[in-house]
Amino acid sequence: MKFIHFLGDTAVMSGRVIRHSTRSIDTIITVIAMPIMIMLLFVYIFGGAMNTGDVSYINYIVPGILLFCIASGVAYSSLRINNDLTKGIFERFHSMPIAKASILGGHVVASLVFNIISLLAIFLVAFGMGFRPKADVLGWVLASGILLLSVLAFTWIAVTFGLLAKSFEGAGVFSYILMLLLFVSSAFAPTDSMPSAIRVFAEYQPMTPLIESIRSLLLGGTADKTTLVAVLWSLAILAFFWASAMRVYKRRMK
Amino acid sequence: MTSNNWAIEVIGLKKSYKNVEVLRGVDFTVQKGSTFALLGSNGAGKTTMIKILATLLQPDNGSAKINGADVTKQPEQVRKEISLTGQSVTADYILTGRENLRMMAKLRHLPDPDKQAEELLRRFDLLDAADRRISTYSGGMCRRLDLAMSLLGNPSVIFLDEPTTGLDPQARLAMWDMIKDLARSGVTVFLTTQYLEEADHLADQIAILHEGHIVANGSPAELKNRLPKGHIELRFDNETTLNQAQDLLKEFNATADSNNLTLSVITDGSTRQMMRLLTKAAEADIEIAEFAQKLPSLEDVFLAIVTSKKEDSR
Repeated sequence: MKFIHFLGDTAVMSGRVIRHSTRSIDTIITVIAMPIMIMLLFVYIFGGAMNTGDVSYINYIVPGILLFCIASGVAYSSLRINNDLTKGIFERFHSMPIAKASILGGHVVASLVFNIISLLAIFLVAFGMGFRPKADVLGWVLASGILLLSVLAFTWIAVTFGLLAKSFEGAGVFSYILMLLLFVSSAFAPTDSMPSAIRVFAEYQPMTPLIESIRSLLLGGTADKTTLVAVLWSLAILAFFWASAMRVYKRRMK
Repeated sequence: MTSNNWAIEVIGLKKSYKNVEVLRGVDFTVQKGSTFALLGSNGAGKTTMIKILATLLQPDNGSAKINGADVTKQPEQVRKEISLTGQSVTADYILTGRENLRMMAKLRHLPDPDKQAEELLRRFDLLDAADRRISTYSGGMCRRLDLAMSLLGNPSVIFLDEPTTGLDPQARLAMWDMIKDLARSGVTVFLTTQYLEEADHLADQIAILHEGHIVANGSPAELKNRLPKGHIELRFDNETTLNQAQDLLKEFNATADSNNLTLSVITDGSTRQMMRLLTKAAEADIEIAEFAQKLPSLEDVFLAIVTSKKEDSR
């Protein structure tokens, strides 16, 4: 009975947050249109000058655009959580006989749903631009798995910062850090041409294994050490930020 | 009276934030079905009190029970009995009024959320605005919706934290009527307010929270009885007359305010005393420009009680 209540409450809560997204034009523009614009910009403007070896630039850049989309999309979770916290809506929910976990859970489920929709939109446009993945079923399953793990991990980063931020304006700042990390990785250009200090950083930060493993899987590669590193990184980020979010939540709801 | 008659029972409640003691041992009981007003100035700890009763905050010491269920030991039980309407409107501004009500009905696991929403929209005169987003509502409409959201699931104890703060006079009167309707329906209403007039108007029982203690607790009539019976105010055209009048009316304990050219005289409220005073002024040929009787307000009660407490502790 308790578990059924939890599922029901989470469904109601996530329904609420998904409505927030679908009713806000700027969410849709930022989350779906922005990454597509960046993809167009990189492929058609910078793409000709990029040297990505045997791989066409569109095939090279898609994983980076997908992660860029997630990084900008989760910022909205953090803004909305901050708003709910400061406006007292969480407090009202807390005074009601509902499953506590559904309060943040609703935001996480909504983030998952909204990100899946925007990732699909990007795949669609990418196909139109000549993206030709060669993955078999297992490759697709693994690549999607890593993408979903990244959505979850990034979402919990968003939850933590949304709960920590003193103001609405501050809640989304972390998202720019995620985007910056993407630029300093192999997302848009191979790391070989970077100065050595930056290259070392780029190769060891979590974005690079995430992108390289998705790229290799989509282009027909098999699971290898990079896949494992990517999975471990996302699990570690997920665990760390989940625990941090829980701690901050308990403190702020006192 | 057995404890079964208490909707709220608070014993020795203490709560501090860091080094600030907000509640220093609060005791009171609220009878089932009554309306109770917790009165206090800004920062007196009213919201802290309401948060503890609504299971949002843990007290440091003491106990609080809602319909016999302990707020710290049986919070789930308590949450089924209560509803909380916070100081600011906590409806979802992006959703419509109907969607807000439906969401709350679903979260309370009620059958037929659509019907529940429809009924409340009608009752709170929000049907016309039902399908508009809350962000387009006026302050009064928001409050009405907020209250409607609180009533889903028929809670037996309703907490209202400063329900009329920030409302215009008309919306405030409408809110008062709604609170009275609620009280008539048999639920226990616990409200906090900074306005003595509001407490006087709505509550069966008023407790005054000051510096972490309940300094007075009783019916509005009982509280009014604890105070000098108000005063009359006489205004004069010039300072000479004012001074003459002050000399003449010494026996009435008159205090002069030379800035406003007024003299205020404490009375026992009897017409006999007033007549004596006015006759005396007339006989001495003192012209009174303006005469006003100031009835005792709960503000006076508050000041009188706080002052007398201070004197007691000296």
